[in-house]
Amino acid sequence: MARIIAGVGTSHVPAIGAALDLGKTAEPYWKRVFDGYEFVKKWIAEEKPDVVILVFNDHATAFSLELIPTFAIGTAAEFKPADEGWGPRPVPVVKGHPELAWHIAQSAILDEFDMTIVNKMDVDHGLTVPMSLIFGQPDAWPCPVIPLAVNVVQYPPPTGNRCYNLGKAIRKAVESFDQDLKVMIFGTGGMSHQLQGPRAGLINSEFDNAFLDGLVQDPAALTKIPHLDYMREAGSEGIELVMWLIMRGALDDDVEQLHRFYTVPASNTAVGHIVLKNVAA
Amino acid sequence: MAQDKPLPAYEDIPGTLVFDSNRSRQGFWLNQFCMSLMKDENRQEFRADEAKYLDKWDLTEAQRQSVLKRDWNGMLQNGANIYFTAKIAATDALSFQHIAALMSGVTQPEYAAMMLAGGRSIEGNRSKSEKK
Repeated sequence: MARIIAGVGTSHVPAIGAALDLGKTAEPYWKRVFDGYEFVKKWIAEEKPDVVILVFNDHATAFSLELIPTFAIGTAAEFKPADEGWGPRPVPVVKGHPELAWHIAQSAILDEFDMTIVNKMDVDHGLTVPMSLIFGQPDAWPCPVIPLAVNVVQYPPPTGNRCYNLGKAIRKAVESFDQDLKVMIFGTGGMSHQLQGPRAGLINSEFDNAFLDGLVQDPAALTKIPHLDYMREAGSEGIELVMWLIMRGALDDDVEQLHRFYTVPASNTAVGHIVLKNVAA
Repeated sequence: MAQDKPLPAYEDIPGTLVFDSNRSRQGFWLNQFCMSLMKDENRQEFRADEAKYLDKWDLTEAQRQSVLKRDWNGMLQNGANIYFTAKIAATDALSFQHIAALMSGVTQPEYAAMMLAGGRSIEGNRSKSEKK
């Protein structure tokens, strides 16, 4: 049986990818950010997951306004890094896990989560920046990845509660897969940030840290946060945090926090990062 | 939109235009134009003659002018979404912080300094009624 052993939360700020790709990681501004990921890089190299389910959002890259899937699961054999206007990031092609991805899609749909199945998709910084932060800069990614894209661009995104319950459905799906696989799930995006209009640059460290506390201690309480509160308190783009609840929903009720990191800013955004392990795992 | 319909609660958030169904409908072609800038050949064509390139899209005059004048808030007010207008910024080789500074009415060094000092405070920025 496959099982989910741990979850990782992280912001996916595009400027972090640019800093990595342009070799700026030793500059003090960026070193402060990258130092926060030293733990996870060592830890994951030891844990060696067989597959990662990576929850992220597309930023008007693979999906325009022509088609706006709320939950889209990548079932392809590979996903190419997207050209977001500056040329694709110089990172390895992301290999998928079609068998498990299809299994999750089928299981979730029959569990009444109407997933969109994606057989071709380029992946933007929302997916590749977390990969770089967590796995570093290898010539090939160390394991297959199942991309799970969530709409957070067109209002309304799915509710936090829906995301949390989807996490539970994903866990159930993974546990009914007949191969013996060690699976991890990443929730990405956030933390507080606003990119648009006169309120651009908004940061709310208090909200962010309470959210990180809640992830460990009382995720059910976080599922009750309405969209209005995310947008008001964490900025219009801070609503990306609902994606972290898919990750959390896929874990046990009792988790151990192995690592936590928070810093402001990376470009326009508060960077949050957490590593949670199932106590029973 | 019906006149008697109350405004959604998120309209009370200052300096923020939530990309809801009304804005998405209003800005569909404007955002489609932005999306076209994902391709290098289109970026070149746009740079060569912006007005002519914009003729290819079913834009209102206000939408056209907001693009031509690089009125970043104006584009949002006319239904653009920030992830789409970011593609115009990329075409102009402008950093995101550059347009964030323009949208919030400060210079780029001022904006960068604000971010380094912890970002724009939430205090006084929660609601229009709270903001003096």
